[in-house]
Amino acid sequence: MPDILDRARARVLTDGAGLSEPEILEVLRLPDEDLPELLQLAHDVRMTWCGPEVEVEGIVSLKTGGCPEDCHFCSQSGLFASPVRAVWLDIPSLVKAAQQTAATGASEFCIVAAVRGPDKRLMDQMREGVKAIKEAVDIQVAASLGMLTQDQVDELVAMGVHRYNHNLETCRSYFPNVVTTHSFEERWETLTMVRESGMEVCCGGILGLGETVEQRAEFAAQLAELDPHEVPLNFLNPRPGTPLGDRPVVEGKDALRAIAAFRLAMPKTILRYAGGREITLGDLGTREGLLGGINAVIVGNYLTTLGRPATADLELLQDLKMPVKSLSSTF
Amino acid sequence: MFCDRCGLPATDGDHTACAAARELEPPRFCPSCRRRMKVQVIPTGWTATCVEHGLREG
Repeated sequence: MPDILDRARARVLTDGAGLSEPEILEVLRLPDEDLPELLQLAHDVRMTWCGPEVEVEGIVSLKTGGCPEDCHFCSQSGLFASPVRAVWLDIPSLVKAAQQTAATGASEFCIVAAVRGPDKRLMDQMREGVKAIKEAVDIQVAASLGMLTQDQVDELVAMGVHRYNHNLETCRSYFPNVVTTHSFEERWETLTMVRESGMEVCCGGILGLGETVEQRAEFAAQLAELDPHEVPLNFLNPRPGTPLGDRPVVEGKDALRAIAAFRLAMPKTILRYAGGREITLGDLGTREGLLGGINAVIVGNYLTTLGRPATADLELLQDLKMPVKSLSSTF
Repeated sequence: MFCDRCGLPATDGDHTACAAARELEPPRFCPSCRRRMKVQVIPTGWTATCVEHGLREG
């Protein structure tokens, strides 16, 4: 067994302490022949510190496209020649999406908007939408609305939003290569306010943006420092018209190595499969990731692209004897 | 007729890659007039609306 896996077994599996950045890098550099052993260890860590349950979530875009920011991976930026047009979801359709999500057994429903930060119109829509969802559906409501002011944080808490997603997307050193219209630090400030408000912090990112393996380790370590309740892990799905539209997708084995490495960096977090897994890993890889450290999934479609049918993921979870986390166990 | 993914004429060039990509994407261009459509993705489906040719669903 490679020395790094011996150390990880002792520290992460036994003590529940995450690996350091240099150790995460060692994991990311493990050769392919060590991958099965690495995934097994990451799975053991997940089962020991998180248990067998899988948290299921649905997401929907309340405001699509026309974003003033230049996140180079994003088809919703208004600064690129992307075919995505700006559109708002009406409240009845939002409630219907929440109901459809709840029908899958999901305990989480995240409302997302492509904005730098919310304006009055968006906050009004959120207030009305969250209220309507809570009256119609028994599901936890999360939000992802970009950078917030303290007043907006307080207002989301008052609405009953229990978790806030704001991805750092990539590590601090690579961030300026991906986004130039705002900084890593600005995102970190919003996350700090969210944490202090009592809302759960959901923060992850995208692998395959052109970062080096060292920067992938740096990113995992920075997320571990933030200590979010949930880390959604996306893999770049290159979108036509964006600056990263011609980038190759992450190799399947590299994606699985990263999943395991992030689990060993954050043994107790909710590590969620998010966008891009279908093209990076396919059906077989989805299974391997769930047996390699993942303990949460986004089911159904994403914001502008489509995912596997929710039934395919739910059948897989049943096959793996991984129960869907119930709403009652999230309180 | 136009490719509903890239918006180019469906009879010009090879749209095999577009067809493959469309398995995990909603349409973006109206196949009748190539206008960019207003597309809303929800967890279980999508709608795409062309101002001239109306609503499509998937």
